[in-house]
Amino acid sequence: MLRILAAALLGLVPAHLVYAETAADPLQSPVWNDLARKTFGDAAVVFDGRVKVTVPAIVENQAQVPVSADARGLANVERLIVLTDLNPIQHVLTITPAQSKAEAYISFRLKIEQATPVRAAALTSDGVWHVGGVFLEAAGGGCSSPAMARGDADWTATLGNAQGKVWRQADGTARLRLRVRHPMDTGLAKDNTPAFFIEKFDVKGASGDPLATVEMFEPVAEDPTITLSIKPAASDASINIDGRDNNGNIYRSVVPAPWNQSALTTTSGH
Amino acid sequence: MPVTIDTPPDPHDPSDPQRRQLLRLAAAAFVAPLLPMFTAHAAPLTYDLKPVKLDDGAWMIGGRQEAITFENGGAIANITILDSSEGAIIIDTGPSRRFGEELATLARTLTGKDIARVYLTHFHPDHVFGNQGFEAGKIAAPAGVIKGLQELGNGFSDAMYYIARDWMRGTEVILPSVTVTEGIEDIGGRRLRLLPRAGHTGADLALFEEKSGLLIAGDLAFLDRAPTTPHANLATWRNTLDELSAIDCKLLVPGHGPAESSTRAITQTRDWLTAIESIIVRCFEQGLDMTEAMQAELPAGFASIALARYEFTRSVMHLYPALEASKLPGVGKRSN
Repeated sequence: MLRILAAALLGLVPAHLVYAETAADPLQSPVWNDLARKTFGDAAVVFDGRVKVTVPAIVENQAQVPVSADARGLANVERLIVLTDLNPIQHVLTITPAQSKAEAYISFRLKIEQATPVRAAALTSDGVWHVGGVFLEAAGGGCSSPAMARGDADWTATLGNAQGKVWRQADGTARLRLRVRHPMDTGLAKDNTPAFFIEKFDVKGASGDPLATVEMFEPVAEDPTITLSIKPAASDASINIDGRDNNGNIYRSVVPAPWNQSALTTTSGH
Repeated sequence: MPVTIDTPPDPHDPSDPQRRQLLRLAAAAFVAPLLPMFTAHAAPLTYDLKPVKLDDGAWMIGGRQEAITFENGGAIANITILDSSEGAIIIDTGPSRRFGEELATLARTLTGKDIARVYLTHFHPDHVFGNQGFEAGKIAAPAGVIKGLQELGNGFSDAMYYIARDWMRGTEVILPSVTVTEGIEDIGGRRLRLLPRAGHTGADLALFEEKSGLLIAGDLAFLDRAPTTPHANLATWRNTLDELSAIDCKLLVPGHGPAESSTRAITQTRDWLTAIESIIVRCFEQGLDMTEAMQAELPAGFASIALARYEFTRSVMHLYPALEASKLPGVGKRSN
């Protein structure tokens, strides 16, 4: 299997030899073959360690599990998707960088209904999906618990309130963090609340040039808090985000992107 | 040199997985030829509680300096038993029904009397899920502990069953019937100063027994084991620690870690809280995401503290959301 994989990566065998079901799933998920067929169709799929998913070793809150999906080790990523094999809703989100204006990276919080593989799949311009992932150990219930907002009679007063910040970095990329108040109801909760979730963020420079699109689904945690690595123009004084939920509500955010923000330092310790 | 009272060395040292594996294999090899049909059935689980004497008529059952695992059955918190002329006084009941029942039997054996009173220091499951070993009418806790257990108990129960599995068999959430308020309670010659405080959770109980000079701090104090923060308010916690450090105690029993004649547990807990808060705030201000902040370097001095990385990781998850909510600038509102 490893030989096939390595050969595929070197382009020595035709892509059709590495369909997902031909290579054993490193996470040994019972549903992987079905999920892969449904998600990737006939496209070539390889398991690739350069696509990294980071989750904590312990889950504190099944409704708010921090996850990073990172395919920055690959060139020419056209799309990055996050999947959870054993969640009732498997497709978590898709990020599509606009013309290399964003890196293949996203951090966010995930709801999980039970312990599950969490995967990222990066589509490169040659049409191959590169899949990496980890198994997330946890007790369940994150998808079928009502949103915290449902315990707050005034939740509509804060619905859509957005907070954010841009950190410009020396290498020309910028880190964008955006948090929007939203219950992100899955429709599966015991209180019978229908699905109600933000389904899209269009991230643009101040001039309107697209940087990235993030499509989100029900498993993204309440009050979605995402971190992206984007490449705005030096002249962009802000990053503008147009969001929309499945009930047609519109959320517009303008995040200042000045040059005088302190850059990320290389180490976080000391 | 301060006096340290710790748990005796454990022959099944769970910190050594290789040894554990060997023991398990050896046990399996020994049993297999004898019971070919029943090898899948383990011996009945037992906590085999080992009381350590703290003082005349006072014992501690030391918790393992570990996270809750199946191997330790959740027995990670310190439990205190005090003798009195009216009966045994128990502080915290442990992680499961099985533990609570073994604890009640042990307390009756040690004191030769029935149970007079059970106090709960806070609502975390490793301290209160043994309540079924006792009459609810004998169990006392501050109102906030009762409320917290009522609200969060079933969620804790799910997590405990998931991790500790068969150790939890038959365990249910039992709420205390007696509400503790600030003051002194005399029970059979024991004089207990009850100190309902907060910080580790929204409702913590520390007890100072004036006759013996024992300060039982619950999880307001940890020693040589990283403090946990899922329901903590760090500023309140530090204030409470300042107050506790002024008590002239003979022996301090932390919620986790050895009992000592010094107040090292208080100092260490406060230092830990201050350090992790400053690291986490700095990570946040640098723009790091939670999964990156979890990998931040920890001070060298933390190397001797059990579960330092594990609890730091948890604390990132506990503290980051509040930082985001309070410190990220507003950038937009709903537009329709």
